[in-house]
Amino acid sequence: MSVEIRRKGGVGESVRRVDGVPKVKGEFEYASDLRRDGMLWGATLRSPHPFARIVSIDTSAAVDATGVFAVLTHADVPGKKTFGLDVQDQPVLAIDLVRYAGEPVAIVAAEDPELARGALEKIVVNYQVLTPVTDMEQALEKTAPSVQPQGNIVRTLTIVHGDPNVRADVWVEGMYETGMQDQAPLGPEAGLAVPAADGGIDLFIATQWLHADREQLGPCLDLPPGKVRLHLSGVGGAFGAREDVSMQIHACMLALRTGRPVKMSYGRQESFYGHVHRHPSRIWMRHGASRDGKLVNIQARLLVDGGAYTSTSPAVIGNATTFAAGPYEVPNARLVGTAVFTNNPPCGAMRGFGAVQACFAYEAQMDKLAGALGIDPVELRLKNAVRSGSILPTGQPIAGVAPVRECLQRLLGLPLPPDEPALDRDPMLLPGGAGNVSHGEGLKRGVGVAVGYKNLAYSEGFDDSSEAWVRVSVDRDGPLAEVKTAAVEVGQGLDTIVTQIVRSELGIDRVVIRGPDTTIGSAGSSSASRQTMMTGGAVQLACQAVQAEIEQRGGLQKLRRPVEATRVFHHRPTGKLDTNGQGDPHVTFAFGAARAVVEVDQELGLVRVVQLAVAQDVGRALNPQSVLGQIEGGSAQGLGLALMEEVALVEGQVKNASFTDYLIPTILDVPPVVSEMIEQPEPGLPYGAKGVGEPSTVVVPAAVVAALRNATGRELRRAPVKPDDLVGL
Amino acid sequence: MVVRTRVNGDWREADVWPGTSLLTFLRDGLGLYGSKNACEQGECGSCSVWLDGLLTCSCLVLAAQAHEREVRTVEGLDDGGRLHPIQQAFVDAGAVQCGFCTPGFVVAAADLLQRDANPSLVTIREALSGNLCRCTGYQKILDAVNLAVARLRTQA
Repeated sequence: MSVEIRRKGGVGESVRRVDGVPKVKGEFEYASDLRRDGMLWGATLRSPHPFARIVSIDTSAAVDATGVFAVLTHADVPGKKTFGLDVQDQPVLAIDLVRYAGEPVAIVAAEDPELARGALEKIVVNYQVLTPVTDMEQALEKTAPSVQPQGNIVRTLTIVHGDPNVRADVWVEGMYETGMQDQAPLGPEAGLAVPAADGGIDLFIATQWLHADREQLGPCLDLPPGKVRLHLSGVGGAFGAREDVSMQIHACMLALRTGRPVKMSYGRQESFYGHVHRHPSRIWMRHGASRDGKLVNIQARLLVDGGAYTSTSPAVIGNATTFAAGPYEVPNARLVGTAVFTNNPPCGAMRGFGAVQACFAYEAQMDKLAGALGIDPVELRLKNAVRSGSILPTGQPIAGVAPVRECLQRLLGLPLPPDEPALDRDPMLLPGGAGNVSHGEGLKRGVGVAVGYKNLAYSEGFDDSSEAWVRVSVDRDGPLAEVKTAAVEVGQGLDTIVTQIVRSELGIDRVVIRGPDTTIGSAGSSSASRQTMMTGGAVQLACQAVQAEIEQRGGLQKLRRPVEATRVFHHRPTGKLDTNGQGDPHVTFAFGAARAVVEVDQELGLVRVVQLAVAQDVGRALNPQSVLGQIEGGSAQGLGLALMEEVALVEGQVKNASFTDYLIPTILDVPPVVSEMIEQPEPGLPYGAKGVGEPSTVVVPAAVVAALRNATGRELRRAPVKPDDLVGL
Repeated sequence: MVVRTRVNGDWREADVWPGTSLLTFLRDGLGLYGSKNACEQGECGSCSVWLDGLLTCSCLVLAAQAHEREVRTVEGLDDGGRLHPIQQAFVDAGAVQCGFCTPGFVVAAADLLQRDANPSLVTIREALSGNLCRCTGYQKILDAVNLAVARLRTQA
């Protein structure tokens, strides 16, 4: 590896975001800001029932309505009737059955949004209501109705490690649950489809993965890939919600049918129905250890609710199960994971992707075990933590760095918040804020710690790559580097990292990032903490090729013609799991540790998180300010899962599809987050940098609930923890 | 109906249906897309503007209510190309990620600084509690407000 030269604005520096100025001025164009002359507005009719047979659909009154240009149903889907990331089992528009409340049934295009919504009300759908499966345990019962033709199991995997029948001195057991969390990106699902003269379509879209969208759009629209051109629009956050297709196919169908540009932009309520959520989980675990505190055997059964369609459930349960033992060495284990279909809303990707649910359970177990053994919980974790070379339950050795001990030690070195008198304080600093009706008499403080880990990039044999094109030219203003990839900036800061990499590699300050589209090869998804590694790696390779050519031509000063290069970056290959769950499933891992300090008003069940501390394994921080921003933002989403965020379902119906009823943390809910970056470069990754978006979200829910247990002495086996749980109602 | 409003100093008008919100009037009527639509019910603050100088969720006000009145939006915040100090502080402190909430936050923060040149942490939190951000966890937003306060103090 060559010696890296530090360059201004290059990697390692807290460079200002390249899109910061347009964003603070309100000039940055998001997908919901798109417009074209003569454009129509699309709208979607959704099923009111979680499970029903469609007897008939009468669109005639809608077709005749003023300003309506198209009313389409499944019969109008030009090609393949279904889509999906992994298995194409989700109808573009419901065919004979609706399998969740909110499933798209018909779409319209009209002159303005009000006319479009009015037309939806004129569509008459005759449903024969069926008994839905709305509970993940019920889905497993033999008598349960089948949500999908093949039954209700999406995937089951069993990991058998060592001898799972081995005895232990001490056993602890627990059942844990997590609720359905919504990604709640502030930017709604939106896009603009423009029909082209060649019979194809140009779609301007907020997504996480242009090429995966195109792969699903092409067959449904019955168009070859060359005629389905996707262009990235501004993305207002994602967190997994934009991994699955939402309005993409619908907007294209309406545009192709009407010959006019069609915009679709969901409102907040529709957004709750229009994207997948984090899988709710029910996890049973039994941990066995020796008297001196070494883990001997872990038994786990994990169940997650995938909702009505496959989406990414197979990979999510793969993650939850392979991570079920936590970042600990354990010689024996039996870990069984199952994802089921129900008539609840489909679940898929969200920050942490299966690792969050597992961590919530295994860290509660570690605390319970520490209690049973009479050992300090942190000491128990230090005693069992994995290190580089440790063998995981899948048989996979940890090839890279695994600084679990460093994370824990540095975490504990972070200062605790000062004690505050319970009485006579500013009411804003009471649990529940100024709305609290007590004076702080019943306050109890608690501290909890959790560690956890997450895979980087896709697993189980997925061949994942990213392509980058770099061009260097010299004009009157000097050298200019242009970069193009299909990688999506969702807000995480990728465009800035790419700019820094180009500056470091080429020593050229002036870097222009061209808009991502499908004219270049896939960059893979902006998910799974993978873009810094994958697209960063591809950009680095392309820069190195360009640099070699520049040097061959005698340097930048002598450059007459532009130099360009396109390169593809692959991570190391991974493999599928065998029938015993053995194999080499993950590329590599990032670890993290969190400590939460909470105050509980024991009479009211109100909580104030006083401080969150996070120490995270980042490999190397390419942009420290941006890394800290990821840790802090991920922590806030973890706090949300621990305390307030849950899509409330009653018989398959979402009861809180708004920001009034689905609460995400405000600036009053999120305490100071103090964080430490553990920088131990990962061999084999560009600059040694690990993805940083997810570990804090994985560990914070477990830490917050551990702190609540510490404060109240209650078992608290379910997140989000509600006031009722804390006062014992 | 034709609604006429003085927006960022200029009189502007658009023909809208009577149920149109001020936010939709600004965005789809006048092409001012800086104010964002993220919740449609006054929970997220992404659509924050000043109506006759008062901080307002433009999604909760009818366009008709702004008729013949003065509106200031995020587009009117910078001074002829020079960023408002709170905008600059958001850029410098890393308070922007996806940026969808940012216009609303900078408007709400600028409003606070107009009223209180030296706000306490509790005051800042309270003032920004009507704005939701899903990316940052708010730490760097607080840093940005403090940075702007410090810079304005040195300038004064």
